[in-house]
Amino acid sequence: MKHLYLALLLLPAIGLSAQPPARVSAQQFVDLQQGNTAFAGFRRAHAKGLCVSGEFRSNGNLQSYSKASLFQPGVTPFVGRLSIAGNNPTAPDLKAPVRSLALSFSLSRTEQWRLAMNTPPVMAVADPHSFYQQIQAIQAGPDAIKQFFAAHPESNGFLTWAAQYQPTGSFAAETYHSINAFYLLNANGEQQAVRWAMQPTVSVASGNLLGNDALQQEIAARIAADQVVFDWVFTLADAADDETNSTKAWPASRQQITAGQIVLTGSTAQLDGDCHAINFDPLVLPTGITATADPILRARSAAYAESYRRRAKEQLQGALQESSNE
Amino acid sequence: MSKPAQFSLSMRILHWGMAALVLSMLAAGLLMIRSLEPWQLTIITLHKAFGVIAVVLVTVRLLNRLRHQLPALPDDLSALQKKAATASHWLLYSLLFAMPVSGYLMQYFAARPIEVFGWFRLPAALQVDIYYYALFRELHGWLAIALAGMIALHVGAALHHHFIRKDNVLKSML
Ligand code: HEM
Ligand code: HEM
Ligand code: HEM
Repeated sequence: MKHLYLALLLLPAIGLSAQPPARVSAQQFVDLQQGNTAFAGFRRAHAKGLCVSGEFRSNGNLQSYSKASLFQPGVTPFVGRLSIAGNNPTAPDLKAPVRSLALSFSLSRTEQWRLAMNTPPVMAVADPHSFYQQIQAIQAGPDAIKQFFAAHPESNGFLTWAAQYQPTGSFAAETYHSINAFYLLNANGEQQAVRWAMQPTVSVASGNLLGNDALQQEIAARIAADQVVFDWVFTLADAADDETNSTKAWPASRQQITAGQIVLTGSTAQLDGDCHAINFDPLVLPTGITATADPILRARSAAYAESYRRRAKEQLQGALQESSNE
Repeated sequence: MSKPAQFSLSMRILHWGMAALVLSMLAAGLLMIRSLEPWQLTIITLHKAFGVIAVVLVTVRLLNRLRHQLPALPDDLSALQKKAATASHWLLYSLLFAMPVSGYLMQYFAARPIEVFGWFRLPAALQVDIYYYALFRELHGWLAIALAGMIALHVGAALHHHFIRKDNVLKSML
């Protein structure tokens, strides 16, 4: 009898680790993210955020690695978005486990680059189907997530980071990671796998923040007073690094190149700004940057498109209704 | 002038080439919007590039059609049936245009330039217009359903002619 109980207890863990995870579609994934009540017109993930604007000041250090025009010395404007993870556009800022920065560079009519970055440097799991189960476990509660991590030893890197991560008192003081790796492509056709991070240039202790929109108010006031600056730091993979596995951090000894500074100069509520209409799909890439085969990265486009399709349709319906009511 | 018994060779090649292309495009479209697999990026990139090829091909095909006599429809069809057959072909041609055009405009208003086999990129808007994106995204989906339905009717009719009416219609396209 005792053995039976033990077996029953272990069964889910064995099941989770031994078999490949059940496959889910982009629609199932977005259904899970949006939850039982979708917030019409809003992103199904990272729903709460604000629009920022600013410019990338390139120092030219990366131009021998990528022919993307924005890496030449000079200044390129962007539309960006600071957000928190979650499906609720009115969620309390300080409860969210993940903070995010997204950027959209409209370089020309034929060159666009979208970036969506999060505070953790690595994923807990390496493929979208396991990620789906991770979200299910998070929704099911602390025991389920403990069990999930136990069955997924690849989450070690993420857990190590999470154990020491201290949320700061400002969007301006966080580090935002690409997590997934990309290839830089130069004019000679050479490619180099990289990850990048936007590193803060200020430190702000958490503490005296209050209220539902604490982070939004803090960053809006900060940008109004002065520009907010991040260093855009690229980490170059070595032959030993697996650029297709976003659960594994690369050793700290890897070469790093600072390509320039990301400077935030303006902010607007998301419903009044340009960023709300944008799908920050990280697979919208300019010439000079390509996607790796990382299964997480490759899964993002279809899921973002599904979320974008839903909210765009809702916005169109809303606008049509409004105009017919007039 | 007497009408030929068959479609010209160029018309037949274009018909069957496009039939294969369009069926693949429909299948790719339906699969890729659901898939989270690593090949999704490859398939959607090909979908867009071949979609651009499709709009070129249908233009060539229509111009080519103007240069050729078409085989007559069988005499035992009523005037109404002949009208329906011709109308269905024009509807197919319209959908063959509308599919890639709506696909391109969806991407245009989402400010996503189209990469065509690494040869060149088609331009997109500099700024997103989410309303037009939504309109053309939904249109692309609805048109795909209409096209799939028309193709089913079309193939059904071709087989009906061949196996039930036992006339020359299918042979004229082989
Ligand atoms: C399989 C993995 C992932 C899935 C399925 C997924 C799904 C989504 C979806 C559906 C959205 C909403 C898109 C929209 O409506 O515009 C979103 C937004 C976002 N995701 Fe992911 N995501 C994944 C991985 C990641 C990773 C690895 C990062 C960070 C590096 C990330 C960062 C973001 C950010 C920052 C946003 C908000 C962008 C904005 O401000 O519009 N996601 N994600
Ligand atoms: C003969 C031409 C074409 C056919 C038959 C076709 C067919 C399809 C189908 C069946 C879908 C799935 C739609 C749904 O179920 O909602 C789709 C999606 C899509 N098509 Fe096309 N398409 C064509 C041309 C194009 C072109 C030229 C482009 C762009 C240049 C394009 C871009 C797209 C995109 C981006 C999606 C996915 C949208 C999303 O993920 O939300 N298509 N297509
Ligand atoms: C795979 C099965 C198919 C069969 C057996 C088939 C058969 C035929 C036949 C027999 C005709 C000649 C009808 C006549 O005498 O007027 C025809 C015409 C035509 N088919 Fe198909 N077809 C097929 C698929 C398709 C597909 C997938 C498309 C769309 C891309 C298509 C588009 C057309 C058009 C537009 C015409 C009119 C040609 C003209 O009058 O210019 N067919 N087809």
